[in-house]
Amino acid sequence: MILNPAKRELLAAELLEAEGLSPEGRSLTKDAMRRLCRNKAAVVSIVVLALLILAAVVGPYFIPHNYEDPDWAAFRAPPSWEDGHYFGTDPNGRDLLARVLYGTRVSLAVAFVATLVSVVIGVLYGAISGYFGGRLDSIMMRFVDIMYALPYILFVILLMVIFGRNVYLLFAAIGALEWLTMARIVRGQTLSLKHREFVEAARASGQKPLKIITKHIIPNLVGPVVIFAALTVPEIIATESFLSYLGFGVQEPLTSLGTLIAEGTDAMESMPWLLAFPAVFLVSLLLSLLFIGDGLRDAFDPKDR
Amino acid sequence: MLDQNTSGQTLLKVENLTTQFEIQAKSFFKKPTMLTAVNDVSFELKEGRTLGIVGESGCGKSTLGRSILQLIRAQEGRVVWQGKNLLDLTPEQIRLARRDMQIIFQDPIASLDPRMTVGDIIAEPLTVFEPKLSRAERTERVREIMEAVGLVPEMINRYPHEFSGGQAQRIGIARAVITRPKLIVCDEPVSALDVSIQGQVITLLRKLRKEFGLTLIFISHDLSVVRLISDDVLVLYLGRIVEAGDCATVFSAPAHPYTQALFSAAPIPDPKLARQRSRIRLQGDPPSPMNPPPGCPFQPRCWKATDICRTKMPPTELVRPGQSAACYHMDRPPET
Repeated sequence: MILNPAKRELLAAELLEAEGLSPEGRSLTKDAMRRLCRNKAAVVSIVVLALLILAAVVGPYFIPHNYEDPDWAAFRAPPSWEDGHYFGTDPNGRDLLARVLYGTRVSLAVAFVATLVSVVIGVLYGAISGYFGGRLDSIMMRFVDIMYALPYILFVILLMVIFGRNVYLLFAAIGALEWLTMARIVRGQTLSLKHREFVEAARASGQKPLKIITKHIIPNLVGPVVIFAALTVPEIIATESFLSYLGFGVQEPLTSLGTLIAEGTDAMESMPWLLAFPAVFLVSLLLSLLFIGDGLRDAFDPKDR
Repeated sequence: MLDQNTSGQTLLKVENLTTQFEIQAKSFFKKPTMLTAVNDVSFELKEGRTLGIVGESGCGKSTLGRSILQLIRAQEGRVVWQGKNLLDLTPEQIRLARRDMQIIFQDPIASLDPRMTVGDIIAEPLTVFEPKLSRAERTERVREIMEAVGLVPEMINRYPHEFSGGQAQRIGIARAVITRPKLIVCDEPVSALDVSIQGQVITLLRKLRKEFGLTLIFISHDLSVVRLISDDVLVLYLGRIVEAGDCATVFSAPAHPYTQALFSAAPIPDPKLARQRSRIRLQGDPPSPMNPPPGCPFQPRCWKATDICRTKMPPTELVRPGQSAACYHMDRPPET
């Protein structure tokens, strides 16, 4: 076996650490986190994402302008340091920096809500379907197939009508549509996990089926689930932007990155800053999330890099 | 069938156990083919005895062990355990019965959940069967048992991948004995370990057997290991028992041609003796259990086979007290 020098050093370090015989074991998750920290792109992305989240959460409190009140002295103002509109203002005189920060906050919140809902439903549904198998599995998976076949946008528009007033509820509902792929991934993983000897050992120990799912199957799904969740977040952000662009998403004066970009494209020639700033935020958000997802995949699955 | 002359309570009685698997049908309309992994197996196991089950790969040893524990449901027959036929019980009743019957697996690492600490793995049967124990009491029990199986209790918070195969097997054994079961099925517990560790694990099993009064079913393809630990032995071929009896008798005078061939294939750790003995070489592979030959399952490879072997399954007959075999041409003791 040929190892490259960097890998050999790593191995040596690991061996030395083992010699130290620390009483605390190294769990697989900790191992994965250590590998993630060695991935430069992922680390940079984590920093970028952390900064974006920080800016979106506390940023609005530190800038002099509000996202909804117009500044009567500055309509369509280009970015400037003097009047405090660092990103300029929109045709209604609202500060673009405040709006971008607020939009980032909404986009992120919406994405996390939808991802959380889809992960919870998808993992439970897939694990139950895969573990019990047989007829239950067939019924549950045919239901997923039917859901897949229905047009997504039609559903979203229906949900819009129902939850139109509350954007978070709307995206919780979108999350409740997004779980299909997650359920399939989890079911597949469960099918291979349930034949592993440690699951049989749990059965032989008298463990109840539902406990086997929660204690043995789901913890061993952490890798694929975390990866898929990390990739679902940017997908939902993009979906939200798309829906907002179509006018289905967030309603005025509330805003999101997608809405801002939609407005920006209309005024692209006269006021390019209206498109440029939200686009930069959206792109860096999506890229960092994708790199993190990628890094997580490598970290949890070091074999197939 | 086994050890009529030894006393002791019968712990487990298996009658005509048959386990079949459905093999995926080639087309949607075809009936699925059935693979008979365990075929009409009967035996009785007395408390405190150790039963060795031997046979080559694919003969149904592991399936038999799992069918007894109801990890695989058998199609026919009875498994009488504590006065009840396990095949009649509901899944919940079987789950509760598992307190007294445990299993040790072949692959020590794969049988431990990689995301759980050793302490949690060993404590799992306790959390199921003695949920009233406090956390501290449970940890105390785990540490006790870790010491009993030769693990350092300080390793309680470590994860399975940090252990060697031998240590991992000790963890598996600790998990199996923590609820003080009566019966443990050891499914090739040492085949994945190297020889020096095999000896340690066997010694450990013998120690625990004495300490906890265990009854063992020891499945292995390694005859020398079986000989070392078993009181009784079953020889399986294509899911059927071809020979059974107490260990000393069967090993010293095997009656069934298959047993003779099997024993003659086992290496002897003495080159002089090894050169002297005659080696029986079998031709071909065991037939497919999906399509067993007519008559005796061993007939296509048997050098003693005659016409009757090809048409009728030989009945199981007593060879001598404490030994029985299923063969028309078995070696019988000289009439006295």
